[in-house]
Amino acid sequence: MAKSKSAYSDPGKKGKLDTHIIVVWVDNEAGVLARVVGLFSGRGYNIESLAVAEVDPKRGISRITIVTTGTPQVIEQIKLQLGKLVPVHKVADFMRGDKKIIFKEMALLKLVGNTSKRNKALKVCKKFNPVVLDKTQKSVVLQITALRREIDTVMGDLKKFGLVSVSRTGAVAMTRGSEIFK
Amino acid sequence: MSKLYTGAEIVFKCMEDQKVEFIFGYPGGAVLPIYDELKNHDSIKHILARHEQGAGHAAEGYARSCGKPGVVLVTSGPGATNVVTALTDAYMDSIPLVCISGQVPTHLIGTDAFQECDTTGITRPCTKHNWLVKDVKDLAKTIHKAFEVATTGRPGPVLVDIPKDIQFQKAKYTNFKKQKKLNGKSNNRFSQKDIDKLIEMMSKAKQPIFYTGGGVINSGPKASEQLRELVSITGFPITSTLQGLGSFPGDDNQFLGMLGMHGTYEANNAMHDCDLMINIGARFDDRITGKIDEFSPKSKKVHIDIDPSSINKNVKVDLPIVGDVSEVISLLIKTIKKHKPNFLKSNKENISKWWEQIGKWRSVNSLNFINSDKTIKPQFAIQRLYELTKNKDTFITTEVGQHQMWAAQHYKFDKPNRWMTSGGLGTMGYGLPAAVGVQIAHPDKLVVDIAGEASVLMTMQEMSTAVQYNLPIKIFILNNEYMGMVRQWQELLHEKNYSESYTAALPDFVKLAEAYGCVGIRAKTPDELDQKIQEMIDVKKPVIFDCLVDKEENCFPMIPSGKPHNQMLLGPNDQKENKITGKGKTLV
Repeated sequence: MAKSKSAYSDPGKKGKLDTHIIVVWVDNEAGVLARVVGLFSGRGYNIESLAVAEVDPKRGISRITIVTTGTPQVIEQIKLQLGKLVPVHKVADFMRGDKKIIFKEMALLKLVGNTSKRNKALKVCKKFNPVVLDKTQKSVVLQITALRREIDTVMGDLKKFGLVSVSRTGAVAMTRGSEIFK
Repeated sequence: MSKLYTGAEIVFKCMEDQKVEFIFGYPGGAVLPIYDELKNHDSIKHILARHEQGAGHAAEGYARSCGKPGVVLVTSGPGATNVVTALTDAYMDSIPLVCISGQVPTHLIGTDAFQECDTTGITRPCTKHNWLVKDVKDLAKTIHKAFEVATTGRPGPVLVDIPKDIQFQKAKYTNFKKQKKLNGKSNNRFSQKDIDKLIEMMSKAKQPIFYTGGGVINSGPKASEQLRELVSITGFPITSTLQGLGSFPGDDNQFLGMLGMHGTYEANNAMHDCDLMINIGARFDDRITGKIDEFSPKSKKVHIDIDPSSINKNVKVDLPIVGDVSEVISLLIKTIKKHKPNFLKSNKENISKWWEQIGKWRSVNSLNFINSDKTIKPQFAIQRLYELTKNKDTFITTEVGQHQMWAAQHYKFDKPNRWMTSGGLGTMGYGLPAAVGVQIAHPDKLVVDIAGEASVLMTMQEMSTAVQYNLPIKIFILNNEYMGMVRQWQELLHEKNYSESYTAALPDFVKLAEAYGCVGIRAKTPDELDQKIQEMIDVKKPVIFDCLVDKEENCFPMIPSGKPHNQMLLGPNDQKENKITGKGKTLV
């Protein structure tokens, strides 16, 4: 390609990308999720996963947990821009791998196969609190809770034991100990 | 039991309580109940625009020139989509607007009804916040909150979408209680410590500069006065962004002129070489910074801004101070006076070399141009306009393009709220309707829209509004038959391939003026210019002034975007002497 003569500036140096978990407390009102998600897409930020539900029905507060990647500057902007939205009460942010924080994702796994295969599958999942939610002669639905990459691994391992369908949530987060998010 | 009011009545009761005097709008099916109610409210006057975009810009002009929020009333569907440009413009330039839009009845929402659109969806990214009112009981509370959101913190536009059935339904009216903090959002987050740190940096600085922006104007007239005091007790040089013009007198010796892409040589070089940059209410826009990696490499940077998300967005700063400009400056001045009463004296020697250097840059005289006695040079036209109007309290609006930059360079403002221009969004067609709004707010003042012939045609229909309300706005068109800024970039960057930038069939602006029922004046040569401008000023009617200017004049100085501040292209004078032409081309 010929050298561009465009008068628009070159993008500056790219910083290192980090994965962060952003937790946002919002008024549970119409369009609030669209505002949050629209902010991300409009400003070109990433969303890796998203989990949202009302956590305080009395005050009508929902808690949104977003996993995102960006340079430190972008992460800072995400927090500040979210903080400006009218229905947003507070914003918290954590690096992935922060020891003080628990992150969990849930997955539902459907396996079709004979008893021996299903038992082997259960063994693979053993570390991740498997719960059998449904059982028939030739199938089982398992629920596991784990980290994202752990679920990725389990999914790979389960292929040979008849994994036919997966449904996963976004990550949710909670602080360890008596402290709460500020 | 207290009285019940219809939704339409509640809309007006809210506006009365918010002391709204003017609504800029355009009626339509989904707002008819509100328009029906208009006759019962004498304190509120409706200004009928000719297009909803015009109504929006007029409300912006009103808001910027008098500091109160502008109110817009439009119908559903096309009414709402037409106002989107004005909302986005207000969002980019932080102008408080409250837009009320009609919507199809609630039971029809989502059925692709006639003149239905997802107004709150469409306007979500171009407003501070918006609401769809689905219950008439929420209406009063929502409208009052809308005014609060629009006017507090960093101002901006908001929109309230009201379905037609809600306008008919009845509810009690509740007056508003001002909340202390909106969902825990506070504007002033600075402390005495920050101020002390700033003063320490200021007393150490050898090459300081104030870089001020629209935040000073948005903070109110008091902020401009305080800024003048601050600049005078520190002796520092000051430069301003496009939006900040007027917050500091343009003819003061400490003022280096506007900075940025078409800023002065001294302002941009001072920004590049300074050791302390104090940003007051500006946002490090890309037209200001040029190439970010090489932006003011040697300086410590201080950023005073009411919007926390402006801090470290484009440029990393050493000392952020989040707060209202007026409150920050007032504490700053108080602290300097208390602890360093001799600041100016002790500082003078510190920065004397810096002023010497600035003097050298100034002597380049970068706004200079080669005048002509045959054709009117656009810069000359603005200089004459300035000389002939400077003794009146004149309000200037502009469209977008070369004329806008020449106006910013050559018209000197000495008061805030006198300069209305679309900076962030760069909306061609802004100036004429904005002038309508300014004249509404200041009926006895001289209001001039410095325009280009291409821009002004985008919203020319609003002349009809000006005539209807006897608004003697002056549309001063620098007519070069080109989209001048497009032509300039094509000349400098695209091998003079003037693709679609020439308007081959322009209207006769004098006849057009007459067709609208206003006055048309044309100036063709420099020697008749003064007399014609005077004629324009003296007419008590709206005027379209067709000023035929040099078709090929370029706007200099210029930092080609993507270049740092110290690589400016200067005007033809300089190019002849220093042969920058060839080198300049490789720069861009």
